[in-house]
Amino acid sequence: MVGALLLAMMIAPAVAALACIVGRGPRRAEALNLIASGICFGCAVPLVAMSGDGPYRYWSDYIILDMPGSWVLLCSAIVYLLASIYAVGYMRLLDADTKLWSFYALFAAFALTILLSTVMNNAGLYWIAIELTTLVSTFLVGFERTAESIEAAWKYIIVVSAGISLALLGTVLFYWAGSLVLGPTYDMTWDALRDAAPQMNAPLATLAFLLVLVGYGTKVGLAPMHTWLPDAHSESPAPISAMLSGALLNGAMLGIFRYLIVADAAGIGGLARSTLVAFGVFSLLIGALFIVRQSGIKRLMAYSSIEHMGVVALGLGFGGLFGIAGALYHMLNHSLNKSLMFFGAGNVMRSLGTKEIGDIHGIADQFPVQGALWLAGAVAITGAPPFGLFLSEFVILRAGLHRSHIWAALAMLVLLIVIFIGFLNHFRRMYFNHGTGEAVRARPFSAWCVVPMWLALLPLLLFGVWWPQGMWSHFTAIAATMPGAMP
Amino acid sequence: MLAAHLDPLVSSVFSLMAIASLVLAFVMLGSRWLNNYLYAFAAESWMIATLSAAVGYYGGYPELYLIAILTALFRGLFLPYLVWRIIRRLNVAREIHEILQPSSALVVGAFCVIFALAVSYKVGSSLGLAGTVAVLALTVMLSMKLIGFLMLAVRHEALSQILGLLVLENGIFLGAQILVPGMPLFIEIVILFDLLIVVACFGVLVQYLVAHVGSTSSLELKRLVG
Repeated sequence: MVGALLLAMMIAPAVAALACIVGRGPRRAEALNLIASGICFGCAVPLVAMSGDGPYRYWSDYIILDMPGSWVLLCSAIVYLLASIYAVGYMRLLDADTKLWSFYALFAAFALTILLSTVMNNAGLYWIAIELTTLVSTFLVGFERTAESIEAAWKYIIVVSAGISLALLGTVLFYWAGSLVLGPTYDMTWDALRDAAPQMNAPLATLAFLLVLVGYGTKVGLAPMHTWLPDAHSESPAPISAMLSGALLNGAMLGIFRYLIVADAAGIGGLARSTLVAFGVFSLLIGALFIVRQSGIKRLMAYSSIEHMGVVALGLGFGGLFGIAGALYHMLNHSLNKSLMFFGAGNVMRSLGTKEIGDIHGIADQFPVQGALWLAGAVAITGAPPFGLFLSEFVILRAGLHRSHIWAALAMLVLLIVIFIGFLNHFRRMYFNHGTGEAVRARPFSAWCVVPMWLALLPLLLFGVWWPQGMWSHFTAIAATMPGAMP
Repeated sequence: MLAAHLDPLVSSVFSLMAIASLVLAFVMLGSRWLNNYLYAFAAESWMIATLSAAVGYYGGYPELYLIAILTALFRGLFLPYLVWRIIRRLNVAREIHEILQPSSALVVGAFCVIFALAVSYKVGSSLGLAGTVAVLALTVMLSMKLIGFLMLAVRHEALSQILGLLVLENGIFLGAQILVPGMPLFIEIVILFDLLIVVACFGVLVQYLVAHVGSTSSLELKRLVG
């Protein structure tokens, strides 16, 4: 049953991508992609529920469905579904019907690579899956073919490929460290690495872990390796921005999480966690500084993604039940919320024809419904109650109030407040300032562009007031597999 | 592990090839002409292919012969051909925008090697491998990594950046042949194919750069800041 669902989940986007290439009709392509994303979401929910009895292994141990993997799988599938619905409305605004088939083919392939990366059981294959996500999404980032978007695509592929090659070096060094324990040839599964870890040479394991952390950290967008992120997120079409932010970053974070388990087993967990915490605080700092003085609306959202990945890194770094549970819960909430924010930004950008915050004003009058949704999302993403992110950030903060990490928790608190003020100040200007010039006539948009915003906001509100018991027990079980994490 | 119990002669042959690859990385670092980069890169790939075959022969890993052939074909012939096509189409013969003179870059590169040596020596002695070819392999691996990053940082022509990335990957591949010759064949082949796709993607992107930005120098890429 699990195998069938997993297979359906991988085949659906693959078939959609191929059919888009063969068929080439714009309407057919969007329908195919929408159906594929629906199937993925439909399969992901039961997979999370069933993963508790696992882990399930397939294809001579190359594929695994375990609890952390299934969780990231679910987050990615949710964003894929929301972004697919939104893309139908958004891409029609672009007047690019003739090449829409290529967009949807790449879109489905991008989703496929992200979903694949979550179920890879071999550290080498996981690296390849993450590398493939870059290659596919580069062309999505540059899809609009303007000078800016090509520049963003070029920076994206260069910075991320260079960063991810460090992760490959780290992977090879981990293999070497393992081969001194397990013999020259073995399958580099996550379990094999963890079992070999206690006998690994500590300096070698440390070197390997740091390389892996910096490598996948580049992909996650942890500062100071974040430089590609604001460009790529701001220049790609809005549904792709949502995918990059809500799905891809979590997929790479999963790798850091898995290596953290190995590092714990190798007895270098203390150093590993401190480094992760330092990256987390620095990401929050960079996020805060650039959010306060930001002038581009989508770049604002991009820096907010850096901030939230910093929060997730802090949760993993603090560890313990609260840290791990908070980080995983934060992934889901951030996926929902950031999708909502990018959808809103895409709508406003398309109807007013500008990306500059300074040129956007009077949103409250022009778009009563979707403006209200977007504002609610902005309140949510800064971590205000009663939305999900408040709960997850609060839990992570609680995990940090522990002797060894108290300074990081305090820094997190201060920076979150700075971000709250800076971020909402931009929204105050866009909503309540009235421009001096003539009001731009806003272009209307279809229900396709507004419905996914509702679909993102309502669960976010729900998760803010009610942490489902099923999720909590899922997180508890994951945290229990990390013995080093318990305070 | 293999590197610890080698015949002294074999060990010296491996060392010689590893050092020759490192020297070729310096050739790339010290040159301004894109064609020279390309020749040095191709020669380096052939050196790595030979090394794979040698490790396969002396270490008793017959599957490494296949890797050697694939490395020679892909990295030694096909990749340089792809890059050569890009060079010809772009009509850029040399690096014009270097931040650092090639001579200064060589000096910085030398410091990178010293740093890499210090790190590998520390790791090697904690493993009880001091003085073996393993330490040298680790040194070459790390220094080619650092030299690759240096090339990415001080060169601005799009092609130099592609070649810088390829040097990064070559370093890993070279080290992996000596340190972990038993790495599963499947993974190595997939990584080789992956590299081909990477270069193909770069080729397409470079064309977009020319068409939509009008330049292949990253110094011109300054629209997106802040």
